[in-house]
Amino acid sequence: MSLFLETLIGGVLAGTLYALVAIGFVLIYKASGVFNYAQGSLLLFGALTFVSLKETGVPIAAALAVTAGLLIVTAVAIERFLLRPLTNRGPLTLFMATLGLSYLVEGVAQGLMGSRVRALDLGIEDLPLFLGDIMISRFDLVAAGVAVVLVVALALLFHRTRIGIQLRGVADDTRAALSLGIDIHRIWQIVWAVAGLVGLVAGLLWGARQGVQFSLSLVVLKALPVLIIGGFTSIAGAIVGGIVVGAGESLAETYVGPFLGGGITSWFAYGLALAFLLVRPAGLLGERPIERV
Amino acid sequence: MSDTILELTDVTLAFKGLTAINGLSFSVRRGEICALIGPNGAGKSSLLNILNGVYRPQSGTIVFEGERFHRMEPLKAARRGIGRSFQNNALFSGMSVLDNVIVGLSRRARASLVEEALRLPRARAQEAAFRERARAVLRLLDLESRAGTAVGTLPYGIQKKVELARALVAEPSLLLLDEPLAGMNAREKDEIAALIERLNRELALTIVLIEHDLGIVLRLAHHVVVLDYGRKLADGPPDSIRNDPDVIAAYIGAGPAALAA
Repeated sequence: MSLFLETLIGGVLAGTLYALVAIGFVLIYKASGVFNYAQGSLLLFGALTFVSLKETGVPIAAALAVTAGLLIVTAVAIERFLLRPLTNRGPLTLFMATLGLSYLVEGVAQGLMGSRVRALDLGIEDLPLFLGDIMISRFDLVAAGVAVVLVVALALLFHRTRIGIQLRGVADDTRAALSLGIDIHRIWQIVWAVAGLVGLVAGLLWGARQGVQFSLSLVVLKALPVLIIGGFTSIAGAIVGGIVVGAGESLAETYVGPFLGGGITSWFAYGLALAFLLVRPAGLLGERPIERV
Repeated sequence: MSDTILELTDVTLAFKGLTAINGLSFSVRRGEICALIGPNGAGKSSLLNILNGVYRPQSGTIVFEGERFHRMEPLKAARRGIGRSFQNNALFSGMSVLDNVIVGLSRRARASLVEEALRLPRARAQEAAFRERARAVLRLLDLESRAGTAVGTLPYGIQKKVELARALVAEPSLLLLDEPLAGMNAREKDEIAALIERLNRELALTIVLIEHDLGIVLRLAHHVVVLDYGRKLADGPPDSIRNDPDVIAAYIGAGPAALAA
């Protein structure tokens, strides 16, 4: 029993990190209707900037503030020079634009800051914590805590303020939103900035686990099954999806892995996502298109 | 303030080879209901989209409230007080009726981004005021009992009213309605027509509308502009339109009896 609980808890904690990555996609998908391929690059860009600043001796808080500021400027620039000229183009055009953006951001980030692996120490001691005979990683616990705080803050921002209903309006019908005087450019800037900041937090937490380098931008690939399971349009769905993937992966590795010869974590999430696509294509909490017939 | 709220002079709009609006001039008086009629493809919707800043005409001038349109965009048009509804409902279907109407107040928002994100006192006061104004408009349109309902679940006729409420709540000085009666049964049409008339009378609201139901248009409008192939065919009070032989020939292609009905 304690092995089961330990596996489950470890999986759920790791899942909150998947959720954090996935939320960045959901935000942009809702507001701009585009799957932002560049989310991983932005995450890497944020983490790299932070590490580079920290290596030059800048204190953590200052490095965080500067990086956050840079990401906000980047978001505003993306809106101004990429999204605005492409307003009213099809989703595929926008997707291709984010694909290009992804390589641009990655190239610039690595060109300026190098591509070697950097260790990132956030000052969280990773000593295991024992609850009875269940071992829990202290780092994972802190990371999950940060993720939860961030998610609650986002939920409040998007559900309790007018910014939130404006965002939903833009997502629902752009021309109507414009005709009512909603500044969609402003909304896009906010959303991209928030997605960038969420990406920064995710990048730092992942970076502290596995080092900051190019492959960090690939953690977003895990977000894809999370989004399929949770639903592309729901923040709550991203959280549930993340936890399902994290816990499922961890349990499968412990209980099924031995029979299949390991490596199950590399494909488990995708297999699960495939099953969801067949059974429930809108995901657990995604909006199912309603049509009057 | 002048008596003319909107004046178009020699406005031309073309898409590639197709001329949608061709040298069109007319004016709208403050407080009137002006109907744009004409066969499909006559340029009515294009014209509405020009007035709302979606399209920018290649030539001609448009003066609204004494100010010339210069690089007009939908956002600017909304902020200057031009409200509109769409031909097929463009409501935010996942939101409640009340939230839809509150979004309609966007152009009246004064609290800053930071104030809203942190829900500082000014943002909270604004929110309470918006809620109150939205409820007042819902009361006016007899929609109060639907305030909490998700718009997507309401019948079409009610949705049309919600869209009207959303356009009205920010108190536009000019309201553009694109086929407000389309897809309705006779009873619903009469109800909306009566509502439009009431809004025009009680709020002294200037309305420009597109509508195909000639019987209702000729009863409702003070001023009718007839378009055909992007040109103005006739312009005047309903009585003169009713008897204009050009209009009868182009628009109906039938004897005067069709219009007299």
